[in-house]
Amino acid sequence: MAAPASPDLLRLITCGSVDDGKSTLIGRLMADTGAVPEDVLEQLARDSQRFGTQGAALDYALLLDGLEAEREQGITIDVAYRYFATPARAFIIADCPGHEQYTRNMATGASTADLAVVLVDAGKGLLRQTRRHSYICALMGIREVILAVNKMDRVDYAAARFEAIAREYATLAARLGITRVTAIPLAAVHGDNLVQRSARMPWYHGPSLLEALHAAQPQVEATAAAAPLCLPVQWVNRPHAEFRGYCGTLAAGRIGVGDAVGVWPAGLRATVARVLDAGRDVAQAAAGAAVTVTLAEDFDIARGDVIAAASAPPEIADQFACHLLWMGEAPLLPGRPYALRLGSASALAQVTEIRHKIDVDTQEAVPARTLRLNEVGYCQLSLDHALAFAPYAHNRTLGGFVLIDRISNASVGAGMIDFALRRAGNIHWQHVDVDRAARAAQNGQRPRCLWFTGLSGSGKSTLANAVEKRLFALGHRTYLLDGDNVRHGLNRDLGFTAEDRVENIRRVAEVARLMVDAGLIVLVAFISPFRAERRMARERFGADEFVEVFVDAPLAVCEARDVKGLYAKARAGELRNFTGVDSPYEPPEAPELHLLSAEGALDVMVEQVVRRALAD
Amino acid sequence: MDLLDRLEAESLHILRETMACSRQPVLMYSIGKDSSVLLHLARKAFAPAPLPMPLLHVDTGWKFREMIAFRDRVAAAPDVRMLVHVNEDGVRQGIGPISHGASVHVDVMKVQALKQALEQHGFDAAIGGARRDEEKSRAKERIFSLRNAQQRWDPRQQRPELWNVYNTRIAPGESLRVFPLSNWTELDVWRYIRREGIEVVPLYFAALRPVVERDGALIMVDDARLPLRPGEQPMRKRVRFRSLGCYPLTVASESAADTLDAIIAEMQTSRRSERAGRVLDATAGTSLEQKKREGHF
Repeated sequence: MAAPASPDLLRLITCGSVDDGKSTLIGRLMADTGAVPEDVLEQLARDSQRFGTQGAALDYALLLDGLEAEREQGITIDVAYRYFATPARAFIIADCPGHEQYTRNMATGASTADLAVVLVDAGKGLLRQTRRHSYICALMGIREVILAVNKMDRVDYAAARFEAIAREYATLAARLGITRVTAIPLAAVHGDNLVQRSARMPWYHGPSLLEALHAAQPQVEATAAAAPLCLPVQWVNRPHAEFRGYCGTLAAGRIGVGDAVGVWPAGLRATVARVLDAGRDVAQAAAGAAVTVTLAEDFDIARGDVIAAASAPPEIADQFACHLLWMGEAPLLPGRPYALRLGSASALAQVTEIRHKIDVDTQEAVPARTLRLNEVGYCQLSLDHALAFAPYAHNRTLGGFVLIDRISNASVGAGMIDFALRRAGNIHWQHVDVDRAARAAQNGQRPRCLWFTGLSGSGKSTLANAVEKRLFALGHRTYLLDGDNVRHGLNRDLGFTAEDRVENIRRVAEVARLMVDAGLIVLVAFISPFRAERRMARERFGADEFVEVFVDAPLAVCEARDVKGLYAKARAGELRNFTGVDSPYEPPEAPELHLLSAEGALDVMVEQVVRRALAD
Repeated sequence: MDLLDRLEAESLHILRETMACSRQPVLMYSIGKDSSVLLHLARKAFAPAPLPMPLLHVDTGWKFREMIAFRDRVAAAPDVRMLVHVNEDGVRQGIGPISHGASVHVDVMKVQALKQALEQHGFDAAIGGARRDEEKSRAKERIFSLRNAQQRWDPRQQRPELWNVYNTRIAPGESLRVFPLSNWTELDVWRYIRREGIEVVPLYFAALRPVVERDGALIMVDDARLPLRPGEQPMRKRVRFRSLGCYPLTVASESAADTLDAIIAEMQTSRRSERAGRVLDATAGTSLEQKKREGHF
């Protein structure tokens, strides 16, 4: 017997508000296509008795809610993936909770979807959440929507009601850039227009939901197939000296033996020697395939590089305008470096400007200084090195990125690149003949940055001051940047919120770097409470140039000293965001020097720092 | 691309990502059909290089004899480095499914054993063959799923996974469980086995086997490890297994399906779920979820 042809695959997301009947719709769709086995239905009957919200009837939501916490609370917390198939087509449903706060989950589900099924209760019409969900789908690149107008039984299967909702949605869709909408009147609970067309709505001549799902074109795949070649290198396969293969999933286009390609961002020209598709030599492979290619030339290509058609190179940039959806529990801190993953490439990225955030219900632009969980902003992003990319609208792989917090390793942001900013590209570093080595030699010293961190009142300024005097007496060229002094000038515009503290440190680190470049020994005495920012400062310097000095005194001691009377004010509530009182201090994990300033003698500590500062 | 091509490509991508981003990956090998598929995919992902990671089988001591014979055949392949781990503490205490019940047996000989093995070898990424269509709590599992230093799963602290971009960053002591077959269904697995000509344990195919009927379930009498109850008399029935776990926790079903085509045809009309034959899953509504939190795959 010949094996029957394998079906193709359509990935979709279902969105709806809490009571739109989404779970009933999915549950019935799966049950009616034979995807729910009998013993699971028996389990469902038992669970419906115990946790159900539908009285004696089967509660399909329980079929879909997977986690204990969800079943107990009768809510859906997380995206779940559902599978059903007909002989012609297999479907993966990303089933996303309808609660407002779970925008993040919806974006996750939409990121891999070709199409969205948007549910509307015929009795209620379009809701705030309908707009929100449609906006997020559009933002994530979905261009085709099936509008499922459910619970038609509650409005006596009235054609006028259905048509009014469909018309209103068409206007919304057009505004959001959703190009194809199929509206279907349904009563999922009775199966009307779900799998078969319903006799109760003879005025409706369109497809049933299942028919519409079969008619849809898998959009992600079609777009990628028509675009020029793009292959992000994922892993370099080097089993022996004679074979160097570049592995990756073809994000777009085709690759064939003999093709002329470019390798980016280096801009190398090469010729494809072999193409292996899932381990077998082939003449050519197409978008979506996980291939291994070898090149005729002997280049050193690494993970994160992009192999592209010679005639259609990707863009290269280190600054972008992008939409950013914030998924972190803690808000976005502009200026803080986050780890970025774009395709297989990694970089450090910071948001340099939030142009505005977008009210996801009205799509209006609102001014913002930060983004909180589930908020969407239009931002400028700056990377520590240039990457090959494509606008998200053209290529989800080279245009979609994730931001990761470098301390907690949580995935905190999802971004969609709009276009590159040319600013950095046009400001080239001016080449100078007198370089930092020459200046350091003239000064007869090793330029360094001594970074003093600790609580207010721990003795940072006192110690830094004494160290500078000692270095100066020894004939060294120094400069002391003190937190309070800098805040009077350069950083006068900054307050003490977490965002401003990050910017405060960024500027000081930049100034210190310029001074080290000029050949000085720079002393920085700043509370600098956050590990992430001290790490950012450290990364601006060479391996041996940055000396972190942790001036460590117990909070009680600092507070008892209270040289500037600030702790008293903070305790009295007159001063907000004061480190140690209502704002955290994250102690260094591996400082070059750890000084217990409440216990040690000042001159001993000064000698310790000076010795480290002048070490070879 | 058709469905199987897309599923295969996604799995290769996940396997390569694991290889590129982890220090010491391992492929969990449980001898079942999903493991056979996983091994086949790993060979494809890294060809022409030999398998760059070892296989790990956690042996509970209660696998069917045919399964162990099959494992040993797989282990003999020149590109396979098969690590077998047994919880020696459990063996000393004589832990078994008949003497201690399914729950204790699975916990000690499977979950604890797995944690021991991963810790002992320092693996930071363990690749498993679990699929989201198998069970409710699996439907919400990530493809790259974080485990803390105690190897526990926290379903409420899962990292969102967008596109095919995976967050593989972990802190010291933490590890990842990676599931390349997440989006495959049972039917996809069998169709792929047929398409690729992948070898699986013969127990999946119907044959005359000695069984006893207990509490409405058919238990195969594989050897003397199964003490017969008074009055029990093994009978020969044409049976096969849909899912292979620990003997005698895995229930056989009567079937005439003795070819891949027949198995696939049977599955398309079958009205029972795959894990219905696993005793552990039926004991409590959220049993697998709890086991997963404790470190089970």
